[in-house]
Amino acid sequence: MRADPADYELTAPGSLSAVVSLLAQAPSEWLPIAGGTDVMVQFASGKLAARKLVSLWNLAELRRIDVTPAEVIIGACCTYTDVLSHEILLREFPLLASAARWTGGIANQNRGTLGGNIVNASPAADSLPALLVYEAELILVSVRGERRIPYVDFHTGYKQTVLAPGELIRAVCLARRFTACVSYSRKVGARNAQAISKVCVAALGRVVSGTVEDVRIAAGSVAPTPVRLRETERAVRGKRIDDALVSQARKTAVSEIRPIDDIRSTAAYRAAVTGNLVAEFLQMLQAGGKSG
Amino acid sequence: MKADQIVGASVPRKEGHDKVTGRAQYVDDITLPAMIYGATVRSSIPRGKIRQISFRPGIAWDEFVIVSAKDIPGQNCVALIADDQPCLANGAVNHPEEPVLLLAHPNRHVLHKAVTAIEIEYEPLPALFTIEESERQVEIIWGQDNTFKTYLVEKGDVDAVWADADYIVEGEYTTGAQEQLYIENNGVIAAFDTERGITLWGSLQCPYYVHKALMKLCNLPENKVRVVQTETGGAFGGKEEYPSMIAGHAALLAMKSGRPVKIVYDRMEDMVATTKRHPSRTRHRTAVTREGKILGGEIEFVIDGGAYSTLSSVVLSRGTIHAGGPYYWPTVRIRGKAFATNAPPHGAFRGFGAPQSLFAMERHMDRIAEVVGVSAVEIRRRNFLKSGQTTTTEQVIHEPIDLDQLLEKGLALSDYRPKKQRFQRENASTTRKKGIGIATFLHGAGFTGSGERYLASVVGVEGCADGRVRVLVSSTEFGQGTNTVLCQIAAQELSLPYDAVEIAQPDTEQVPNSGPTVASRTVMVVGKLVQSAAHGLRQTLMNTGLLREGYSREEFCDACSRYVAERGEFKSWARYEPPPGIFWDDEKYRGEAYAAYAWAVYIAEVSVDLATYSVAVDDFVALQEVGKVLNPVLARGQITGGVAQGIGYALYEKVVWQQGRMQNGQMTNYIMPTSADLPPIRVFFEELGNVHGAFGAKGIGELPMDGPAPAIVNAIEDALGLRFDALPVLAEDIFQALATKSGAESNSPIPQGVQ
Amino acid sequence: MSDSRRQSEISLVVNGEPKNLRVYPMERLLDVLRRQLGLTGAKEGCGEGECGSCSVLVDGVLVNSCLVPILQADGTNIITIEGLTEARELHHLQQAFLECGGSQCGICTPGIIMAACYLLSKKPQPKSEDIREGLSGNLCRCTGYAQICEAVSEAAAVDNAKRKNATGVND
Repeated sequence: MRADPADYELTAPGSLSAVVSLLAQAPSEWLPIAGGTDVMVQFASGKLAARKLVSLWNLAELRRIDVTPAEVIIGACCTYTDVLSHEILLREFPLLASAARWTGGIANQNRGTLGGNIVNASPAADSLPALLVYEAELILVSVRGERRIPYVDFHTGYKQTVLAPGELIRAVCLARRFTACVSYSRKVGARNAQAISKVCVAALGRVVSGTVEDVRIAAGSVAPTPVRLRETERAVRGKRIDDALVSQARKTAVSEIRPIDDIRSTAAYRAAVTGNLVAEFLQMLQAGGKSG
Repeated sequence: MKADQIVGASVPRKEGHDKVTGRAQYVDDITLPAMIYGATVRSSIPRGKIRQISFRPGIAWDEFVIVSAKDIPGQNCVALIADDQPCLANGAVNHPEEPVLLLAHPNRHVLHKAVTAIEIEYEPLPALFTIEESERQVEIIWGQDNTFKTYLVEKGDVDAVWADADYIVEGEYTTGAQEQLYIENNGVIAAFDTERGITLWGSLQCPYYVHKALMKLCNLPENKVRVVQTETGGAFGGKEEYPSMIAGHAALLAMKSGRPVKIVYDRMEDMVATTKRHPSRTRHRTAVTREGKILGGEIEFVIDGGAYSTLSSVVLSRGTIHAGGPYYWPTVRIRGKAFATNAPPHGAFRGFGAPQSLFAMERHMDRIAEVVGVSAVEIRRRNFLKSGQTTTTEQVIHEPIDLDQLLEKGLALSDYRPKKQRFQRENASTTRKKGIGIATFLHGAGFTGSGERYLASVVGVEGCADGRVRVLVSSTEFGQGTNTVLCQIAAQELSLPYDAVEIAQPDTEQVPNSGPTVASRTVMVVGKLVQSAAHGLRQTLMNTGLLREGYSREEFCDACSRYVAERGEFKSWARYEPPPGIFWDDEKYRGEAYAAYAWAVYIAEVSVDLATYSVAVDDFVALQEVGKVLNPVLARGQITGGVAQGIGYALYEKVVWQQGRMQNGQMTNYIMPTSADLPPIRVFFEELGNVHGAFGAKGIGELPMDGPAPAIVNAIEDALGLRFDALPVLAEDIFQALATKSGAESNSPIPQGVQ
Repeated sequence: MSDSRRQSEISLVVNGEPKNLRVYPMERLLDVLRRQLGLTGAKEGCGEGECGSCSVLVDGVLVNSCLVPILQADGTNIITIEGLTEARELHHLQQAFLECGGSQCGICTPGIIMAACYLLSKKPQPKSEDIREGLSGNLCRCTGYAQICEAVSEAAAVDNAKRKNATGVND
C-alpha cells in the first residue's frame, strides 16, 4: 500500500443534492468515488492525485433503474450486478448485459458502476461500445441543474470528457427501440475472465430480405476513445451481405480505427482482430443469426 | 482407518483446518510488541556507480531508522554459493531494483513517501540485457567473461556421427522469464537482542539457507541466529533463495533499531525486484537415420542468470542434464552456459532448468519427425530410453520403465489418434483450428549427483511426554503437502493412527537440517529418513522393554511417556547415507545424476480461434510414473497445479522487459490463468516403486512443470501448421506468424495510433 | 502524527458483533479488518482487486475489501471467513475444501471460500461452468482450480440434500 490514509479526506454527504453542493464549492478539489474499483487501485499504488474524495456509493438517487415505455434510465451508480439483475436490461439491451458480465470478477461487478466506467473514460472500458451502439444519452447534474447529452459527445479525447467542473453523471438513458435488432458483442482480452480488453466490439443489425437495413458497430481499445465505426456502417447499410461486402467492411473498419502498441498488445493485432470481429458480425447477420 | 493403510490414503491435510478457517498465521498476520516496519530503497538504473544519495526535505528523517551497507556487521553478501551478491549495494549497482538503503518506521503508511524522497545520483555504465549481448561480451559486467558457469557433458564420440547421418536436424528454442506469482508476497519479521541474537520469522522454503546467510551477514555464531518458518502462501522456488535477502534486510534494521522489524513486499515490488525463472536459449544439432533414430548430436543450453550468480550454476546443471530428454543418445555433447545480464538475478522456479531444456527437446523431436517423415508418436518410440540403456550422463536406467507402453496409455486416454485424424479433416472448413500435441519427458528427483551426500540431511522423530509423536525436519510446508505426507510416513512406520503424529514448525532451534525443500526431494529423501527415524524410535522402546510387538496406540503413548519420565528427551535421529553404487563425477559431469526419475507423457488438445488468434486448451491428459502415490488427493493437486503453471508458461505469462526492469509488474498485466481459462486436467498415475524413496515414492513436485508447454506448442503446430519455438506463444505471436505466412496483411497499411 | 480531526467514527457489524471504530475514512476495509479487528483471514495478494484473496461479504454481497474505503462500510453487516465457522462446526464449504484438497498453501482459501459462499447463495445448484465463472475473480496459483471446483460442487450437494431433508420435498 503506497498511500497514507491519513493524508486523505473522504466524505459521504448522503444525498445527491448535498454532493453537488459540495462539488460546487470547490470543484477541482473533490474527486467523486463510487464503487472504488478504479480510484482505490490508483490510491493503493500511490498514484491518486486528489486528496479529497466525496462518496457517491449507494446514493438512492443514483442507484435506481426507472423504466418508461420509451426508455430505461439507469442511475449512474448502478453496479454491473444491478444491470445483470434487471430483467428488461437483460432482455432488451443484451450488449450492455454482456459487457457487465465480462467486467472483472463477480466481486468487482458488485462494486463497479456504470457511471464510474464512463467517467474514468478508459478507451478499454467494457461498457462503452455498447452505450455507443445503443445511442445512449447521459443526464448530467450539477448545482446549476441538469442537462442531457448524447453519450457519443461525452468523450473528447483520451481520458477527456465534457463534464463541467462540479458536474456528475446522474443517469444513462437507453431508448427502447432495439429489440428487433440482432446483437453481437465480443471482448478479446489476455484471458477469459478479469482481463482488460485488447479489442472490444459491440454491434447491432437488422437484415430485411437479405439487405442490411440497420447497422451500428462500435469498438473499444482501438482509439483514444471508444468509437462508432461509421464508415463501416455506411459501407454496409442498404447492401446485401456477401463475401465481397464482408471483405470491404473488414478493410474499412481497420482504416477507421487508431490502435496502438502498448503493454497489453500491438496495433497490428488489434487492427486485424477488429476486422475479424466485424466480419464475424456480418457473417452472423447473413446466416440470419440470433443475438450473439 | 487401519494403521497400515495410511500411506496411499487421502488423509486430510495436517494444517488444513487452520487454512479453511482463516486461522493459519502467515507472516503479515503476525504482530510483535513494539514492532516497526521496514522498506527498501532500490536502484532505478541497470548498472552504474552511486555518486550521491540525498534525503529530500519534508520528511521527518530523525523518526526513521536508516541502514546502508556501512551498517553491515559481517560480510555484505547474501550467502548462497559464490557469495557475489551484495545484501545492500555499496557504491555500485548492477540491476534495476537492486537494494541500496533500508528504512524503518513505526507507521507503515509513511514509508513509501520516505522511499520516494530519497534521491540517488548515478554515473551510469553500459548495461547488457540479453544472452546474445552477454556472450558476445559487448561489455564485461561480471567476472572475466560474463560467464557464471559452464558444463560440458560428453558421451561417446560426437564428431564421428555426422558422416553417418541421413539427416542433420537443427533448431533453436527460446523461453522467457516466468514469475512464480505465489499469492502471498515475500515477507519476514526480524527481532534482535544481544542475548538471543537474531530471530527471524518468515515466508520461506529453506530455514537453514536463511540461517547460514544471517550468520555471515550479521557476524553471529550458529546459536545466535534462529529462523522460523511461518505458514507460507505459495513458493514454487521463489522463496528458496530470495528470503535470505529480505531476511538480511529485516535483521539489519532490527539490529540497528533494537525493535522487531517487519518487511512485507506489496505485489509490484515483489514482481519487479525478486527472482524469476531463467530465460533460456537451446540449440540442437542432431544426426538422425532415415528411420528417425538419433545417432547423436550437439546441444547448447544457455540461461540468462541476471546480475549475480545466485543459483544459476545449479539451474544450469539440472537443465543441462535433462537436455536430452527421455531418449537414448548413443553419443552426445551438451554444453551448458549461464551468462550474466543486468536484470535482477533469476532464480529457482519449479522445474529449475528442466522446463527450459525439455521444451527445446520436445519441440525438436517434433521437428525431427517432420524432417524424417514419421509421426510425432513414432519418432519418440524409436528413441525412448529402455531399461538397461544409459542416459546422456551415462547413468544406467535400472528400473523396468516401459515408455512405449506409457505413451500408448497416454494416447488411449487422450483419444489421440482418432482426434488427430478428425482435426486434420475438420480444420479445412472451420475458423477454430484444432490440434493435439505430445510431450514425453522425465524429471530427476533429489539433488544432483553428490548433492544429497553434501547436504547430509538429518531428521528427527520425537516421542513426547504426552505420548504423541513429533516429526522434526526443516522441510517446509507451502501447499505441496509436506506436513501431511511426512506424518503419514511416520504414522505408518509406527503402526499408529495418522492423528497420533504431528510435525514441528520448522524452527532452527527445534529441528535439524534435513536440507532445503526443493528439488522434489522431500517425500523421497526426507521421507525415507523420517521412516528410518521412526523405525529407530520404535526399536528403542522395544529394546528397553517398554513396548511389545502388536502394541496398541495407548500402549505406545504409555511407553513414550514412561521413557521420557525416566530418561528425559526422547528423540531418534536418522542421517542421510548415500546408497551404495551411486557414482557421480562432478568434473566430467558423468554418472548417476539422480537417484530416481519420474517419467511422464502429457497430451494437450488445443483450439485456435482465427478471429482472435487465441489458443484455448480444451483437454489435457497428464500421465506419469511416480514410484508410489502416498496421498492421492495431494498428488493429484500437485500435478493439476503444476500443469496450470505450465499452461501459463506456454500461453499467458510474459515478462515485458525494458532496460532490465519488468514493466508489467501487476496482476492486471502479468497474466496467469483464472478458473475460467483452464480445461479439465485429467491426471493419471503409474507406480513402479523406487527403492530409494519412502514407501517407493519418487519426487513429483516439479515434474508437471516440464510437459505442458511443449505439448501445447506441438499441438498449436498440429492445428495451424505453424512452428513456434519461443515461449510464451501469445495471440499476437500467432497473428504475426499467420500474417507473415499469408503475406497479405503485411502489404496493407495498418493505421498506427497516437496516444 | 495522526490528525484526529480527519478521523471518523463508524459503526458496523462484523461476524455478528457490533463494532464502533475510529478510522481514517480512506483506510481500506481490508486493513481495518486485519489490523484494527485482528481478523487476519482476509489477505492482501495484489492490492488491486485482481486476486480476490481479500474477498468478504458486505451486506451479503461479495466484494474485494482492498478496494472498499472503510467509510463506505459504515452501517453495514460484514461476514469474513472467521464468521463462517459456527460454534466450532465447520461450514460445509470448509469441510468440502478439506475433503477435496481445495486448499494447498491456503492463502487464497479464505477469499475463495467467501466467493463460493456468495455463489451458492445466488446459485444453489451451480453447474460446473457456473462455478468456474463464479470463482473467476479469485486467483489460485497452487491448485489449478480443479479440486476447488469439486469442493464447491460437493458443498452445494450437501446444502441441497439438507434443504431437501428439511422441507421434505425436492427443491
